[in-house]
Amino acid sequence: MIDNAAVELSRLQFGLTAMYHFLFVPLTLGLSVLLGIMESVYVMTGRAIWRDMTQYWGLLFGINFAMGVATGITMEFQFGTNWAYYSHYVGDIFGVPLAIEGLMAFFLEASFIGLFFFGWNRMSEVGHLTVTWLVALGSNLSALWILVANGWMQNPVGAAFNFHSMRMEVTSFSDVLFNPVAQAKFVHTVSAGYVTGAIFVMAISAWFLLKGRNSEFAKRSMTVAASFGLASALSVVVLGDESGYTASQNQKMKVAAIEAMWETEAAPASFTIFGIPDLAARETHDAVKVPWMLGLIATRSVNQEVPGIKPLVAASENRIRSGMVAYGALEQARAHPGDADAKAILEAHVKDLGYGLLLKRYTDRVTDATPAQIEKAAWDTVPNVLPLFWSFRFMVGIGFFFIAFFAGAFWLSAKRQLDRYRWFLGLAVLSLPLPWISSELGWFVAENGRQPWTIDGVLPTFLSASSITAGNVWLSLGGFVLFYSALAVIELFLMVKYIRLGPEADAGGSPASLAPARAGE
Amino acid sequence: MAFLDYPTLRVIWWLLLGVLLIGFAIMDGFDLGVGILLPFVARSDGERRVAINSVGPVWEGNQVWLILGAGAIFAAWPTIYAVAFSGFYLAMFVVLCSLILRPVGFKYRSKVAGHRWRAAWDWLLFLGGFVPALIFGVAVGNALLGAPFAFDETLRMTYHGSFFGLLTPFAVLSGLVSVTMLTMHGGTYLAAKATGPVASRARVAAFVAAFLLIILFAAAGVWAANLQGYQISGVLAHDADSNPLGKIVLRETGSWLANYRSMPWTMAAPAMGFAGAMLAGLTTWRRYDIIAFLASGVAVFGVIATAGLSMFPFILPSSFDPASSLTVWDASSSRTTLLIMLVAVVLFLPVVLAYTAFVYHVLRGRVTERQVEADHHSY
Repeated sequence: MIDNAAVELSRLQFGLTAMYHFLFVPLTLGLSVLLGIMESVYVMTGRAIWRDMTQYWGLLFGINFAMGVATGITMEFQFGTNWAYYSHYVGDIFGVPLAIEGLMAFFLEASFIGLFFFGWNRMSEVGHLTVTWLVALGSNLSALWILVANGWMQNPVGAAFNFHSMRMEVTSFSDVLFNPVAQAKFVHTVSAGYVTGAIFVMAISAWFLLKGRNSEFAKRSMTVAASFGLASALSVVVLGDESGYTASQNQKMKVAAIEAMWETEAAPASFTIFGIPDLAARETHDAVKVPWMLGLIATRSVNQEVPGIKPLVAASENRIRSGMVAYGALEQARAHPGDADAKAILEAHVKDLGYGLLLKRYTDRVTDATPAQIEKAAWDTVPNVLPLFWSFRFMVGIGFFFIAFFAGAFWLSAKRQLDRYRWFLGLAVLSLPLPWISSELGWFVAENGRQPWTIDGVLPTFLSASSITAGNVWLSLGGFVLFYSALAVIELFLMVKYIRLGPEADAGGSPASLAPARAGE
Repeated sequence: MAFLDYPTLRVIWWLLLGVLLIGFAIMDGFDLGVGILLPFVARSDGERRVAINSVGPVWEGNQVWLILGAGAIFAAWPTIYAVAFSGFYLAMFVVLCSLILRPVGFKYRSKVAGHRWRAAWDWLLFLGGFVPALIFGVAVGNALLGAPFAFDETLRMTYHGSFFGLLTPFAVLSGLVSVTMLTMHGGTYLAAKATGPVASRARVAAFVAAFLLIILFAAAGVWAANLQGYQISGVLAHDADSNPLGKIVLRETGSWLANYRSMPWTMAAPAMGFAGAMLAGLTTWRRYDIIAFLASGVAVFGVIATAGLSMFPFILPSSFDPASSLTVWDASSSRTTLLIMLVAVVLFLPVVLAYTAFVYHVLRGRVTERQVEADHHSY
């Protein structure tokens, strides 16, 4: 009944459309705050150049924002179209933050974005500044609710299985809301967005300076981006570490896979800085290790162990056996809702029900699974070690580069020498793609590392899909690839056009003007 | 009956589902209608920019009614979300693509001066209005007919239809009701918000659309009255855990009229549909633009409420396995979730309405060609 090709294609489609969507989201998050800062300076000093900066970066913001909105609708719809069983099974919990996101955050952002562009001559300066900050607040709150939803997929707290309705139902909404994984992820993700906005402003301003144009405009923009970027880069790395710490508390397998740690090591565990993990051979070739480091990051202690993949697989095997009992009791309870024994057995083993469901990949009769099937299902709990191992290392490497880069930029801006070193400006231009690369790697680590689950330990990915045919998914996937590629070409064309035109593109501004904008100043 | 018990909450969320969908149709409906009318009521580039900029600053907020509507179905009616979105898979994909055309179309069209570039976007914006209007109507038609789906013992849904299977004559008629309704609504909006030839042509369009809507809505009503509707047989507990397999459902010609017989006040909904459309047509002809727009909103409310009330307590019946039909009593979220969501709505929806009113207040006044030319932020 479940078409495996449809599952794999749906995964591909979700991954591609989500990563595409996230090309636009971080820039929206970062630039919206930068716009608020620039306009605040304008309102406080009255200098027209700060209004011109707000309007020009706002113009680029708008081009990007349209794509973020357009591709975001796809994400919301896809849970229903391609992951119908998931929607049924966890909609009671997962749907809530998505709906509140619309109600509390996206309404705010989308209602005021029109006034941001059309309200310059219709509102007071303070009024317009308020609008700009409300757009920034809306986009950041949006990220909060989306990450509450995503955090629950990684760490499904505050919910319990109900056999009558055959799904998970909420037991404590405050547990869902204050999920530590969600909180850590939120701050890590918005910080990454701020870094993206800062690098975007740095790179384009540096390009202006290299071309010898719009120098006053560019230097001021870089000054703002340098300090904002430094704070954000520090936050993204420090809170990334927080994210790793919370992951190690609840997703031990993800941490073990990212580290390619096959066996539990004596505490404190070493950190493998280089190696070629091999899932088939269950070992890492050519490993270079730094003693103690992993233990310190993951447990923040010198005597706690970080469990390895093989012992975790053995633990999964036990949970699968317990899940088989749960599944048998569930069948019994569904057929005879009055059967108190079945309900008691289900209750005792229900926390392992998800592990039992892993067997459905190999047999319809979960309760009769063979030891070989159980072993296979247990090894299914190991995600794809090699790409996780390397994606994580590149992401972290880029994160440390950002700290160094912004520290340099901050120092140069403090000495008012941002335009002095051409090599530094060149470096700024070349850094432009890095925040996008690291953000995409980060999402890959978070979501591929969650496999084989959509809801960690509760619902396997292959069971989450809709009962749709692979042919239909081929059609939609092909359609998305063509349509999104065309949109990407158009978006890049407009972005490049307006970057080349520069601040003069914004006909209402008087570029590089240092004169006070208000009479009497 | 305890305060806010499970059955009450289910009915409240059925009403709120209606509020959100009607909110979408009234607020984003006129954006869709303006998209449909764009190539016809506006001819020169200046005129088209007037039409586009009449919705330019507000359409994005309006679209959130759809996002929120979908999110609320996910949270409050997860089984309906799962069945409708995956069952109508390719139709949803087509809707998505056409909805995506709008943000980029509005934003990018006037960023390049070329005639072909702008003409291409104008037609894409037309599709971005026409296709969702049509497909949402077709979806409502299919809900009245019942969709071919069934659940297995683990509540996994299988769908036994196809994309073209959705396009039955009755469903296409429903789609046309939706298209004429939103065209009327967009026309009355343009009449009130635009200037010059755009506004005059929009009045003619709104008048014609209102006239067609009355005929098509009446035809769909007569047809629906003779459809095989659905009825729950026996007693279905209203406070049980949601399990759509616990009931027996009968099909009978004319049962979509049962609610109008047992609760005559529900006749107010179709009456509002007809009266609103008539009033909108008459007043737009006499250039009472604001009244026409409000009357059009009443018509939208009446038409959608008619569909919802005819089916209550059914939300999405199954033609393949009537027992799998989804109703108010067995397709909702848990009581806790409905309660949390209700609190969120009560807290935030008034705030949303307040700042929406503020935004429209700031942007009040008609849009003129000169104004569009003068403001370099215009679309």
